[in-house]
Amino acid sequence: MKLSQLTPGQSGTIVEFTDLEMSVKLIEMGCLPGEVVEVERIAPLGDPIAIRVAGYQLCLRKTEASVIIIE
Amino acid sequence: MTSTIKIALVGNPNTGKSTLFNILTGLNQKIGNFPGITVDKKLGYCKLPGGRQAEIIDLPGTYSLYPKSRDERIAFQVLADSTNPSYPDLVVVIADATNLRRNLLLYTQVADLGLPVLLALNMTDMAKKEGIDINVDKLSERLGVQVVPISARSNQGIDKLKAAIVNTTMATQLPGADMDHLAPGALQHTRELLQTDHTYLCLQVLHQHEHLGRYTELEHEALEEIKRINNFDVSKLQAAETIARYRYLSSVLSGVVVDTGAKRKFAFSDKIDAVLTNRFWGFIIFFLILFFIFNAIFSWSTFPMDLIEGGFGWLTEYGHEHLPEGLLTDLFLDGILAGLGGIVIFIPQIAILFAFISILEDTGYMARVTFMMDKIMRKFGLSGKSVVPMIGSLACAVPSIMSARNIENWKDRIITIMVSPLVSCSARLPVYTLLISLIIPEKMLFGFINLQGLTLMGMYLISIIAAILVAWVMKIIIKAKEKSYFIMELPVYRMPRWKNVIFTMYEKSRTFVFEAGKVIIAISIVLWVLATYGPPERFAAIDRKYEQIEAQKIETEIATLERDRSAEKLENSYAGILGHVLEPMIKPLGFDWKIGIALVTSFAAREAFVGTMATIYSVEGGEEGTTIRNKMLAARNPDTGLPVFTFATGFSLMLFYAFAMQCMSTVAVVFRETKTWKWPIIQIIYMTALAYVASLIAYQLLK
Repeated sequence: MKLSQLTPGQSGTIVEFTDLEMSVKLIEMGCLPGEVVEVERIAPLGDPIAIRVAGYQLCLRKTEASVIIIE
Repeated sequence: MTSTIKIALVGNPNTGKSTLFNILTGLNQKIGNFPGITVDKKLGYCKLPGGRQAEIIDLPGTYSLYPKSRDERIAFQVLADSTNPSYPDLVVVIADATNLRRNLLLYTQVADLGLPVLLALNMTDMAKKEGIDINVDKLSERLGVQVVPISARSNQGIDKLKAAIVNTTMATQLPGADMDHLAPGALQHTRELLQTDHTYLCLQVLHQHEHLGRYTELEHEALEEIKRINNFDVSKLQAAETIARYRYLSSVLSGVVVDTGAKRKFAFSDKIDAVLTNRFWGFIIFFLILFFIFNAIFSWSTFPMDLIEGGFGWLTEYGHEHLPEGLLTDLFLDGILAGLGGIVIFIPQIAILFAFISILEDTGYMARVTFMMDKIMRKFGLSGKSVVPMIGSLACAVPSIMSARNIENWKDRIITIMVSPLVSCSARLPVYTLLISLIIPEKMLFGFINLQGLTLMGMYLISIIAAILVAWVMKIIIKAKEKSYFIMELPVYRMPRWKNVIFTMYEKSRTFVFEAGKVIIAISIVLWVLATYGPPERFAAIDRKYEQIEAQKIETEIATLERDRSAEKLENSYAGILGHVLEPMIKPLGFDWKIGIALVTSFAAREAFVGTMATIYSVEGGEEGTTIRNKMLAARNPDTGLPVFTFATGFSLMLFYAFAMQCMSTVAVVFRETKTWKWPIIQIIYMTALAYVASLIAYQLLK
């Protein structure tokens, strides 16, 4: 399942990434495989989303969230 | 070692790095340039215990040595190149204690480069409140570096930090995660090529050597060759490195950080976010805040601006009365002093806009604005962060363009800078109001809508629509050199640091005066020369003519004669001649040579339109019955005998002023912010073309 498919309040554990280049940036920001992410809220217009990961809040566009595979 | 220690300050964004920099250096700062990029080089000086002096360089906030934007690259260029003039003797890494692991990623990279490092743990007081307990001694022992808990916000631990800087050595620093296993072959080759045993430096060089100036063409080729032979996969290795570092940090931090309040930490911020980024209230609150800021820029700046204008006016008049008459005096008062006044007049608006921006940034609200607006702005090639510069441009494009620096993505930032001057600023207001009063009847629509007010609003709307459309076109034309990311931290809400607010106001005003100021003064002098001088034989003829008339007339009429004389001189000055030269070109727009002169003098600043019109139609302000408006209304075309300012001409002229780049302060500031003449020149050309075409179409349709 992709991170972008979650609704606010739902969470999952990062398994892998489908885009290598994007994954580098995400890993740097603490989105590591094995890390638990929770979708906090969605921007009023439906994109970007805000997630809680590694003890802080991160926001990213849906296209970026869709490369994160979670379970 | 020299007695001055060179220190680099590095850290993640939002860690209080700038606050620490300001505390350490006070007002003892200077801003310079890094060659080739837009980010400012912030240098400051501070006294250390034992009488030594430190030169501190504030590097842009970054999450790792691998840059996401070209401005972030400077951290790598300074730290990985011992031939760089800014290469430090030691690095102070500032880390946010409330999110230690992510902050330490950058620390491990910097330490692995082989530089002496000192870790400043900021916001330790905040961390304690949130239930995060950090065993500083244990952390220091495991890393082998000094760790100093500080609170930049409440000025704690700064003396300890200064003492620790003096004591920092390389000797105790422990090696971090093993990097050699990532690409053993390539690293071995690189160590041999560069004759160094710094493994991590070699790895970084393999990744980013093209951005280091120290290597020769041959060495670059050799490095590329090493990458090719060893199948050096940039992205994969970078991901593997980051994961290895995080794994190492997890073991370093186990038993060091005890977090008992992870839930508590965000409760407050979450509650605020529930309102501020609410589907419905989010935008309403945002627009109310914008309205307040816009209003403040307009209304709070009126008084200081009047004061500055009055002050400079008085100074000019006083100077003319008391200084010996002559060319030098005129040049000084009407050229240089007028130019200086034109610069200083912007300070109130710059200071006010940046006070608000600094508050919005500091509290964390700006990140939410970006979050909410990103989707709309992205459609037009802008970013969520473009909202503030665009709205700010309604008051003045100069501070707004400076504020576009907050946009990390290069393309988004350039587009924002390019379209901001299209948004109608306050300097167009006097032009609009004068022209509207000429061509739009003072009537009420449906009994309550003021037709003139409606037209004014229409001009603002047209300008905003034009800005958005141009942004959209530029989005298609400009090639992005870097992919647009929107992976951004949403910091927790905090109270603004008032000291920082004041500091920002001071720093931005100073930067504007000193950087943009030079260009403005230069152009002012050129324009003064153009408007004052003309071919000598013509001027001599005018002088003769008026002397003759004067001799025949009585005292009281001499005042009006003086005005006629200066009007005639302006007509025959180089600016006037330029106006005549322009006439055939601007005739299709409905403009005569008099308007041509106004266009020339308005290149300095649009406000000059009204002043120039006043001179050309030789009126003195305040006299009843001879206001500029009446004179302009009465103006006839000598060929046809019809009024000059018809609806078509007036409207066409308004459109011209709406779109043309007639503000040298903006040109100067765009040059400063983009650090090349390419963008200001493109901007002048496209805006002039847009203005010309819009006016042409309007005049031809309406006449």
